[in-house]
Amino acid sequence: MDKKTRVPVREQDPIVRSRNFEEVSYGYNHNEALLEASRCIQCKNPRCVAACPVTIQIPQFIKAVLDEDMPGATSIIGKDSSLPAVCGRVCPQESQCEGACIMGIKHEPIAIGKLERYVADWARKNKYTPEEEIKPNGKKVAVIGSGPAGLACATDLAKAGCDVTVFEALHKPGGVLVYGIPEFRLPKEEVVDYEIDQVRKLGVKIECNVVVGRTVTIDQLMDNEGFHAVFVGSGAGLPKFMGIPGENLNGVVSANEFLTRSNLMGAYAPDSDTPIYVGRRVAVVGGGNVAMDAARTALRLGAEVTIVYRRTEKEMPARVEEVHHAQEEGVAFQMLTNPVAVLGNEKGWVTGLKCIRMELGEPDDSGRRRPVEIPGSGFDVPCDVAIIALGTSSNPLIGRTTPGLEINRHNGIVANDKGVTSRPGVFAGGDVVTGAATVILAMGAGREAAKSILEYLGV
Amino acid sequence: MYKILKKRILAPDICLMEVSAPRVASSAQPGQFIIVRVGEKGERVPLTICDYDPLAGSVTIVTQRVGASSRKIYALEEGASFSDFVGPLGLPSEFIHEDEESLRNQKYLFVAGGLGTAPVYPQVKYLHQKGAHVEVIIGAKTKDLVIMEEEMKQVAEKVYVCTDDGSYGFKGLVTAKLKELMESGNTYHQAVAIGPMIMMKFVTLTAKEYNLPLIVSLNTLMVDGTGMCGACRVTVDGKTKFACVDGPEFDAYQVDFDEAMRRQTMYKPQEAEADHKCKIGLKNG
Repeated sequence: MDKKTRVPVREQDPIVRSRNFEEVSYGYNHNEALLEASRCIQCKNPRCVAACPVTIQIPQFIKAVLDEDMPGATSIIGKDSSLPAVCGRVCPQESQCEGACIMGIKHEPIAIGKLERYVADWARKNKYTPEEEIKPNGKKVAVIGSGPAGLACATDLAKAGCDVTVFEALHKPGGVLVYGIPEFRLPKEEVVDYEIDQVRKLGVKIECNVVVGRTVTIDQLMDNEGFHAVFVGSGAGLPKFMGIPGENLNGVVSANEFLTRSNLMGAYAPDSDTPIYVGRRVAVVGGGNVAMDAARTALRLGAEVTIVYRRTEKEMPARVEEVHHAQEEGVAFQMLTNPVAVLGNEKGWVTGLKCIRMELGEPDDSGRRRPVEIPGSGFDVPCDVAIIALGTSSNPLIGRTTPGLEINRHNGIVANDKGVTSRPGVFAGGDVVTGAATVILAMGAGREAAKSILEYLGV
Repeated sequence: MYKILKKRILAPDICLMEVSAPRVASSAQPGQFIIVRVGEKGERVPLTICDYDPLAGSVTIVTQRVGASSRKIYALEEGASFSDFVGPLGLPSEFIHEDEESLRNQKYLFVAGGLGTAPVYPQVKYLHQKGAHVEVIIGAKTKDLVIMEEEMKQVAEKVYVCTDDGSYGFKGLVTAKLKELMESGNTYHQAVAIGPMIMMKFVTLTAKEYNLPLIVSLNTLMVDGTGMCGACRVTVDGKTKFACVDGPEFDAYQVDFDEAMRRQTMYKPQEAEADHKCKIGLKNG
């Protein structure tokens, strides 16, 4: 076999999948996984591990796969990640482990994400859970938010013997895994619910419908409910809008609203009570993973979809795989295009986006070339729904209701890379600190904070 | 699960429920709201808080059977439970930040329309306990639909009931009663209007004639109610605000009511509410 190229992964046919919500990628089967695992050259100083935000011992687990020791592979990943079936599906591997893979210099990098998913899916299907010996240490820790940061933090704390309660504002745990990422990329019942149940099996309690800052404050948790420390992983939930005319017309929604209706509330299915409106033509503004998710959801609900992005495909922050999948499924892309106004009819419904063509100028702070307007290049993109996917910022609620907790000008909580904030006993990590980023970076921050919490508690 | 401890029918299609929700009960304040959900496929429905008892751990809500989701809520009986009951959401009324000393000299006028009478009650109760002088106008289409009059009388100095058809109290709309009170020389430091969007719009227009400071509570569309989705965005003083986290109460004179009313209709075609006949006398609300 040619070891230069990776074993391809089987996927649902693009035409078929553009009309259903079933998972796009089927993942590797046993033989495919063995074959791909055999490509790993087992580096002595593995660059992939250093590039993984949660430092999964990648060559070790791949070796276990190759040896057909699946319980072993599961345990190796389980030491560092509580959400392997999630990460195997949604991590931006090309800029992390796979981006660092030595094989990638001359050939194709090892498909680490697909192998991770294979191991996690094996464990789930075979109901294999590594034994954990937990000795209670008598310390109570509250974790705010049940997204990736909170779950990773809760997992490490529970394994160390803490009595952990996770408080979730919504009615279902999982945070962005549940309200943000669609079913066709991350199955909810099969994958997310299962991995959250694994966290519960460690003794972690999850209390939903608690909006910390409203239902209860951090001070009340510490003073009245006996929590010795608190981790804040409340994410970056507030949608950004463009601030252009017409943005409040009917039919203009944030990607957060559109995806929350479809994912958390299940509005894509006919039996849900929650309505969703897609119209005939949808324009999605933005170039990140959330924009791709919104576009592909709208497509599956029957709309013609155009993504409007002000730079080029090269600068798109979305995972390469997502952009590729969106293109295959028939999403149209209008690159170097920036909306300057939302157009509407006399009834107040959106009819299109008034746009202007851009060209790339000098690099900006992000290192990407800054888009500059081409004068006189205005044109309209007609649509009956406009979905705004320009990122999110931190929810200010906890900052505003926790005296002594330092907040930055974006309403994010100020914390160092160990998750330590200005308030003793209060730790933070994930999007609430960094602004919107990725599942895995949030998990890494949750793990770092867990270490700091254990140190603070003296256990 | 959040058990329904008591259920009482207040008027045709309108019921009051006392729900066990200890965390919400101990942190609720006047002006805030909650979100409920019935069943796994249920919608998140924002409802106003009508009363709360931290000792009993219960929160009282009032709901009207109008669409599919409210019908599910209305159908729940005593002993049954809500799947979810989250809150309190939104900012409390501005006056909770004022000290008793200053509240004692204040004269408030509340204008409650239909179901809006429910969220007015905890505000009036709070102000009454702090020693403020409070008067309340309650408007309804007809006598049967007047709710909470007796409860309100316990906490307000004066309660003026208006019915569109004159079957009870003053015959006419709440705006006519407001005009009458102002014309006959009454003065108030602050007025608060809560009811259907169109009523609040017209109360605002009337109050403006008398330079009466006015607060309104906006019942916009919402999904999460925590600032995440932006379905509830409203234009206030030319800026976009989220009713769920920046409100629900705003200075009435800064609110773009026409936009707010238009945005409320966004999912109307989907909501199959064709069978809904307005019971509180609104032409297009």
